[in-house]
Amino acid sequence: MHWHVIIPLVIFLVIIFVIGFWANKHVMQSNSFLQEYFLGGREMGGFLLAMTMMATYGSASSFIGGPGVAYNTGLGWVLLSMAQLPAGYYVLMVLGKKFAIIARKYKAITLIDFLRERYQSNVVVIVSAFSIIIFLFSSMAAQWIGGARLIESLTGLHYSTALFIFAVVVLVYVIIGGFRAVALTDAVQGSVMLIGSIILLIGTIIAGGGITNIMSDLVAENPKLVSPFGADGSLTPLYVSTFWILIGIGVIGLPQIAVRAMAYKNSKSMHSAIIIGTIAIGTVMFGMHLTGVLAHPVLPGIKIGDKVMPLLTLKVLPPFLAGIVLAAPMAAIMSTVNALLMLVSSTIVKDIYLNFIKPKASDSEIKKISFLVTALIGIAVIFVALKPPTLLVWLNLFSFGGLESVFVWPVIFGLYWRKGNKYGAITSMIVGLSSYILINQWWPNVFGMHTVTLPIVFSLISYVVISLLTHHKFKEFKHII
Amino acid sequence: MNDKRFKIAHREALIGIVLVIINFAIWFGFAYGLGSGDPKEYTYIFGFPAWFFYSCIAGTLFMILLIYVVIKFFFKDVPFDEEEDGEHK
Repeated sequence: MHWHVIIPLVIFLVIIFVIGFWANKHVMQSNSFLQEYFLGGREMGGFLLAMTMMATYGSASSFIGGPGVAYNTGLGWVLLSMAQLPAGYYVLMVLGKKFAIIARKYKAITLIDFLRERYQSNVVVIVSAFSIIIFLFSSMAAQWIGGARLIESLTGLHYSTALFIFAVVVLVYVIIGGFRAVALTDAVQGSVMLIGSIILLIGTIIAGGGITNIMSDLVAENPKLVSPFGADGSLTPLYVSTFWILIGIGVIGLPQIAVRAMAYKNSKSMHSAIIIGTIAIGTVMFGMHLTGVLAHPVLPGIKIGDKVMPLLTLKVLPPFLAGIVLAAPMAAIMSTVNALLMLVSSTIVKDIYLNFIKPKASDSEIKKISFLVTALIGIAVIFVALKPPTLLVWLNLFSFGGLESVFVWPVIFGLYWRKGNKYGAITSMIVGLSSYILINQWWPNVFGMHTVTLPIVFSLISYVVISLLTHHKFKEFKHII
Repeated sequence: MNDKRFKIAHREALIGIVLVIINFAIWFGFAYGLGSGDPKEYTYIFGFPAWFFYSCIAGTLFMILLIYVVIKFFFKDVPFDEEEDGEHK
C-alpha cells in the first residue's frame, strides 16, 4: 500500500462522484429527458467539448499500453503516435458545422438517429446498432480491465475487488448523471490527464539527467531506439503512414467521437474546441509516449510493458505528485468507459427500444428504461472483465478499426454527397465490417499496411459504386443535404 | 435546400482536409527525410535527433499555430438552430 499515492486518488474519485450527483439535478429537472440524458442538452462550450473529445479519445492504451510499447520500440513509436494529432481538429472541421446543423434539423440525439433520418432505412439502423454494441462492449471490457489492473497494482487489492470499486464509481455517476455528468467529469479527467502527463515527462527527464544524457544512453544500448524505424526496424514508412487512417482520419467513424460533434452550443465553442483540443491531444500523446521512451534508461529491464508507467511514476516522483499522475490513467480509463457506456445505452434505448419495440413510450418510462439499461450493461461488462482476456491494446484497436470500417463513409457521404443512399450505405457497412473481421483474422498487415486500410478502401468503393448505380431511385431525399 | 450556411461548412471541411495533408507532409518528410540514415550519425537539436525535433516537436507546434490562424481568419460564425436563419424548406 502506498498511502501517499492513494490519498490524491481518493480525492479525485470523490470529486467525480460529486459531479455525478450535481448533474443528476439537471436530468431530473429537464423537460426533454432524452436530449438532456444522452446529449447534455446540447450545451457544451469550447473547453468542455475539447476536453471530452480528448478524454474520450485518450484511453487506457494512451496511458498504459502506449508508453509500454514506446519503452521497447523507441522514438519511432512517438512518431507513430503523433499521427493522432489530427483527431483534435480534423473531426470537428470535417463533420463540423454541417453535422451540427443537420443533427439539429433532424433532432438527432445519437449517430444512428442521424443515419436513420438520412438514409430512411431500418437495415442501416440495425447494422449500426449491432456493430456499436459488439465493438464498444469489447472496448469497454478492455478499459475496465485496465482500470482494475491499475488499482490492483497501486493498492495491492485483489483484482476482483479492484474491478468492483472501479466499476461502482463509474456506474453510479454515469447512471444518475447522464451525458452532462460524463462531459463534466471528462473535463476534470482531461485536465488531470494533461497535467499528469506534463509532470511525469518533466520528472522523467530530470531523473534521467537531461535529454542529451538519456539519448546517448539509448544510442549506447541500441541506436535504432532513436531512429524512426523502431528498435527492431519493424516500423516501415508504409506501415506507420497507414496509421494515419486508423488513429487520425478514420476517427470520424467512431460513434463516441461523432456524437460529441453534435453536442456543442454554438460555432464559437466549436472553434475554441478545435484549438484547445489539438493542443491537449498533442501534449498528452507526445508527452506520454516520449515519457515511455525516456523511461528506458531511467528504469531498465521492465518485461511487461503495461507496468512501465505505474512503476516509473512511483520511482521518479515524490508520492503526492505520483498520486496526481496516477490519477491520469485512471481518468483516461474512466472517461473512455463512461462515454462508451452512454453510447451503448443510448443505442439500446433510443435506437432499438424506441424505434422497434415501443415508439410511443412515455417520458417517465424512457427514464426508467434508460437508468435500467445503463446499469445492466455496466454490470454485464463487469462479468466479462472478471475473466479478462490479456491483450488490452489489441482489443481496443480492434474496436477502433471495426467501427471505422463500418461508419466512416456512411457518415461522411451522408453529409456531403447527395447521390449517397441507403443501398450504398448498407453495402459499405457490411463490406467494411466483414472485410475488417476477415482481414484481421487471416491476413493482418497485408502488404505491410495496417489492417484497417483495406476495409476502409473496400467500403469506400462499395459505397460509391452502389450509390451511383441506385441513386436514380431516390429523387425525394435530395432536399435533405 | 441550398442553405447558405452549408457553403461555409463545405469550405471549412475542405480546409480541414488541406490541413491534414500539410500535417502529414511535414510529419513524413522530416521523419524519413532526416531519419533514414545511420542513427549513429544523426545531428541533435536540444538533445533530440534532428528528424524527431522537426517532425514531432517543431511540426506539431507549427500545426497548432496554423490551426489557430486558420480558425481566427477563415472560420465563420453561423447559427445552428432553425429559427435563427429563416431559410428552410
